[in-house]
Amino acid sequence: MSHEFAVVWAHKDRLLEGLANTIWLSLLATAIALVLGALIAAVLMSRLSVARRAMQWLVDGMRCVPFLLLAYIVYYGLPTFGIRLNNWTAGLCALVLYNAAYLGEILRGAWAGLPSEYTDAAHAFGFQGLLLYRRIILPPVILASVPIIGNQVIQIIKDSAFLTILAVPELTHAASAIQSTYFVPFAAFVAAVALYWVLCRAVELTVGWTERRAEERR
Amino acid sequence: MNAAGFASLLQGAALTVMLSLIGIVAGVPLGLALALVRWARIPLLSQVVAVYVSVLRATPLVTLALLIFFALPNIGIPVDPIPAAILTLSLNTAAFNCEIWRAALTDFAKPQIEAAKAAGMTPGLAFRRIVFPQIWRTSLPALVNEMTLLIKGSPAIAVLGAVDITRAAVRIGSETYEPLPPFIAATIIYFAIILVFVRAQRTIESYMTRRFGFA
Repeated sequence: MSHEFAVVWAHKDRLLEGLANTIWLSLLATAIALVLGALIAAVLMSRLSVARRAMQWLVDGMRCVPFLLLAYIVYYGLPTFGIRLNNWTAGLCALVLYNAAYLGEILRGAWAGLPSEYTDAAHAFGFQGLLLYRRIILPPVILASVPIIGNQVIQIIKDSAFLTILAVPELTHAASAIQSTYFVPFAAFVAAVALYWVLCRAVELTVGWTERRAEERR
Repeated sequence: MNAAGFASLLQGAALTVMLSLIGIVAGVPLGLALALVRWARIPLLSQVVAVYVSVLRATPLVTLALLIFFALPNIGIPVDPIPAAILTLSLNTAAFNCEIWRAALTDFAKPQIEAAKAAGMTPGLAFRRIVFPQIWRTSLPALVNEMTLLIKGSPAIAVLGAVDITRAAVRIGSETYEPLPPFIAATIIYFAIILVFVRAQRTIESYMTRRFGFA
């Protein structure tokens, strides 16, 4: 058994490269999905009932689809419409689309709980439209949903493992490659699991730290 | 996509539903057992469960499936794809269910337990008669939510070669060079399966409200 771990240790650069790709992919997906989610939340809260209904359907539909199926649709299905993405871009797009729906719903929930005095006061000061949304509504909404956003980031990290099936060189893919080359399945996947755990702990610690900072500033 | 393609999609659906149901049937009680270990603060075992839950909740299903499928034979336990898939889904969902049961147990009103003890009930009897009938009702929405998450995670077992809905859809797509129709059909099937679970939860809840006056 210890020999297995020695083999994995000798090829730790490959595992760390996979880890770096997982982190990079998850961070990028989170950033873009948050921006998109903020737009979705605005539509979900808008007074235009047609747009709101349509977006509700889209978001609820997205939440019924397994992530892997969506990734396949983006990778294999979009070329039907002449949109051809490489596996990296397709994986990123799938992560973004899937999680933007969840994040949109999360932000909408926090927004619905925002006291109306906030926006009333901002209106009195002449805030309107995008400026009102960006400066007055979004900051407390994001701050209030930090713990749930953190959970979603953990979900993004775990969803990114599915992309090994599209041969995206992320952490699970790196572990698979090491295991199939040197036949050290136990050590390779245990190492990957340990790294995922560290990553998720890091997200949880960041959430805790952000919450404390927010509390201090309040 | 022809009728044969549709039939193979339904076959995949049968496998997805069967494996998910086995995962749920095994994972919900296992989660309760883990939660009880932590609730009773059994020394050492309680800490082991805490680590198990923390690690399993952070492990992607794909990675867990690969670990179980490739590592078990390595330590002398040969395992086929289907049992490996069942093990993956059960172990994963048990960790999440443990947290749901544990939250319900922690929120449970202490005076009721003390009253049960004063009435001479053993802890086991008090759990069966007093605690469990109440916590399963409060946990039901979260448990059903976790069931839908498990179904959405189940395509992970495709890495083991098991042909579930998603895998069947990919196969049809690569055979007919028209990937979109099977993918859309697969989406509708998942939608229907998840809807059944959500509706079942609503039905049980409204039955409870009618029967007992509270959910």
